[in-house]
Amino acid sequence: MDLKLEHHTTDGIEVVDVEGEIDVYTAPRLRELLIDLVNSGHYQLVVNMEKVEFLDSTGLGVLVGGLKRVRAHDGSLDLVCTQERILKIFRITGLTKVFGIHDSVDEAIAARKSEK
Amino acid sequence: MATVEMTFTPLPAHVRTARLVATAVARRSGVPEALLDEVRLAVGEACSRAVEVHQEHCPGEPVRVALTGGRQRFEVVVTNASAVGDDGMAWPPPPATGSDGQDPAALPAQLGLAVIAGLADDVQVSRNGDGLSIRMSWPVGTPAG
Repeated sequence: MDLKLEHHTTDGIEVVDVEGEIDVYTAPRLRELLIDLVNSGHYQLVVNMEKVEFLDSTGLGVLVGGLKRVRAHDGSLDLVCTQERILKIFRITGLTKVFGIHDSVDEAIAARKSEK
Repeated sequence: MATVEMTFTPLPAHVRTARLVATAVARRSGVPEALLDEVRLAVGEACSRAVEVHQEHCPGEPVRVALTGGRQRFEVVVTNASAVGDDGMAWPPPPATGSDGQDPAALPAQLGLAVIAGLADDVQVSRNGDGLSIRMSWPVGTPAG
């Protein structure tokens, strides 16, 4: 399956819904979207990965790049993921310490609001 | 022992095809279902790395993948035609701890190797002529026939 990207604003936080496979072929599209969002002033991001079927290191690199960009504006990039196959990649690479990873979009938004 | 070999033009779009073929051959070779995701991801990482090296140094040369099902192990060998660009590759890779304070931008270059090291319980990297081979293997159960 290819990559499908949608985004919407909830409670002032931009939620990016990602569906499909994030790999060396499709990751540039996610990178472009994250860059566009930051360039248009969205610095509080939640990337919903509940429908992601595959994630490789290229995808991880895009997420890390997005995090770096929002942090440059004192922003945040949180993830929503409960799939063990995806979470395992974050654990292997130690990135669970870098990203806030939540069980649902509502939880991610609530966690971000509580830190404000 | 049966081997499936494939070569593909170093384009990102073909990495997915390589993943799908590797997963299908692994399943037929008897790799347990619980390990197929690991095979798929590790092969994808190795092929992505090979594509990047080829695109930079030898875009006309194909990436080679050999998939061999044995009685005890399923083995995958991904071969770059050029080792140029991999001179600085450390194996085993340093742990990608991603701890606070570490520059996240420094992480991606080693992420692929870290993922491979974390997924395959047997990984060897070696020079192969002018190129570089990543050899990975997983245990097999009962072949699917």
